[in-house]
Amino acid sequence: MNHAADHFQHEFIRAIYGVGDSDSSLAQLTSQPGFKVYRNTVLKACVDALAANYPTIVRLVGEEWFRSAALIHACAEPPENVCLIEYGRGFAGFLSAFGPAAELPYLGDVARLDRYWSECHIAADEAPLEAGMLAALGEVDLLQSALRPRASVRWHWCANQPAYSIWQANREQRDLADELNWDGEGALLSRIDGQVVWQPASPGMCVFLDACAAGEDLQTATTKAVEAEPGLDVARLLGTLIHAEAFASPFIPTR
Amino acid sequence: MTATLGAGLGLKPQHFDDALQCAEAEMWFEVHPENYLMAGGPRLAWLDAVRSRHPVSLHGVSLSLAGAVAPDQQHLHRLKELIRRVEPALVSEHLAWSTLDGRYYPDLLPVPRTSDILSRVATNIQRTQEQLQRRIAIENPSHYLRMDSHDWSETDFLDELVRRTGCGLLVDVNNVYVSAHNIGYDARTYLDNLPAEAIMEIHLAGHSEDSDDTTETQLLIDSHDAPVIEPVWRLYRHLIARIGERPTLIERDDKIPAFAELLTERNKAQEILSVQGVLK
Repeated sequence: MNHAADHFQHEFIRAIYGVGDSDSSLAQLTSQPGFKVYRNTVLKACVDALAANYPTIVRLVGEEWFRSAALIHACAEPPENVCLIEYGRGFAGFLSAFGPAAELPYLGDVARLDRYWSECHIAADEAPLEAGMLAALGEVDLLQSALRPRASVRWHWCANQPAYSIWQANREQRDLADELNWDGEGALLSRIDGQVVWQPASPGMCVFLDACAAGEDLQTATTKAVEAEPGLDVARLLGTLIHAEAFASPFIPTR
Repeated sequence: MTATLGAGLGLKPQHFDDALQCAEAEMWFEVHPENYLMAGGPRLAWLDAVRSRHPVSLHGVSLSLAGAVAPDQQHLHRLKELIRRVEPALVSEHLAWSTLDGRYYPDLLPVPRTSDILSRVATNIQRTQEQLQRRIAIENPSHYLRMDSHDWSETDFLDELVRRTGCGLLVDVNNVYVSAHNIGYDARTYLDNLPAEAIMEIHLAGHSEDSDDTTETQLLIDSHDAPVIEPVWRLYRHLIARIGERPTLIERDDKIPAFAELLTERNKAQEILSVQGVLK
């Protein structure tokens, strides 16, 4: 490490974020109009990245409100990764706890769905499990197998808000239905042929996928799902998930 | 890579189909690898498709080669994977820094050009070239600050980096124009002082005036949001007349017009290169 360079860089960043004192060794630089160009560029790039990664939130709250909120988050949490499509891991949590957003209690969950969209979009390519591969197994073998969700699949259950309906309408640039059912909702996002697609998810589906992701076999995952959602049609659930290309191929026999 | 690189364009997602179908001779496209360092998905598939038709250049903005510490190992590893995948014609980075203590500050931040820092940058370039197993070109950034602490002129600094590491140079003519205005030096002299044989690529772009700066000598900002202005074209012709043809890129990253409009600008550069080729 070069100590002089290290000191310079730390001072420079402190000054960009306005935490440097005025008699710092950089006063010769920070007093010039050009210093603001660096400050503006860094912060604008962060806010632009958050706007690109959270388009649904921009549409919900408007550009001006979004940029003000995003700037507060960007100052507190500079990117950890040079790939800015991955920036904003903590943004949903920030919005959930953000005082001025208290009247929009669903904002954090809606942001989480935008985040999941990005994660599906950039996830590794993996061949999906096809229905025929399961059909070829006997029932005993099937129940003792584990299905692994693909890297390009995300699901989310929001217990108290219709976050999925709100997210879906805004993501699809549609008007929200006049009457929202103010109940919990879940969402399933999956990348199919390079396109991220979405559909509603039931509590049982989310629990089932949680169990699969934890490596549980099909029998255990099914039991948990039915406990969470009595009356769940498991065969239909499996069909829906396979159609959504939710599982990776090959599946893992646990025996 | 056998294709000759003439003038190229920065690849924008909204121009993907146009880029794919573009049949101009010696055309090529440049991307920031940071937009393609993901595990999979459609972006990489787009890049693969463009690469199947055209040469591609990877122009990094975040390796932080002028930083106090070595480039991030994981970043280099991912970059090497991308290089293996797209077999780029050119790989380049900046004489700047942008990461510190595990955080990324998305800009090309300046350093005082001291001898200590020269050694540090040289080591970082060497390490990068060894890990990527190829020569990279280093770009001159735009400057907005007058620094008392420079011991080296930028052209001598770049020349010395070439000498010590064998790296090439990417000359951004617009950055030279913008910096010459902001810092107060002669752009033509700057270009004349660069080692011709090291120059692997040239960038051309538009810039804007800093609306926040109310002083008389309003700062120019390297905003990439406008066409290349005539004085920058004149500097480009001057440079090409001295060093000969070099792969030349038109950069536009904001207020992006139709592909055809960018292609017109690109063809202007291509024509300048062709005329130089005939004169040679």
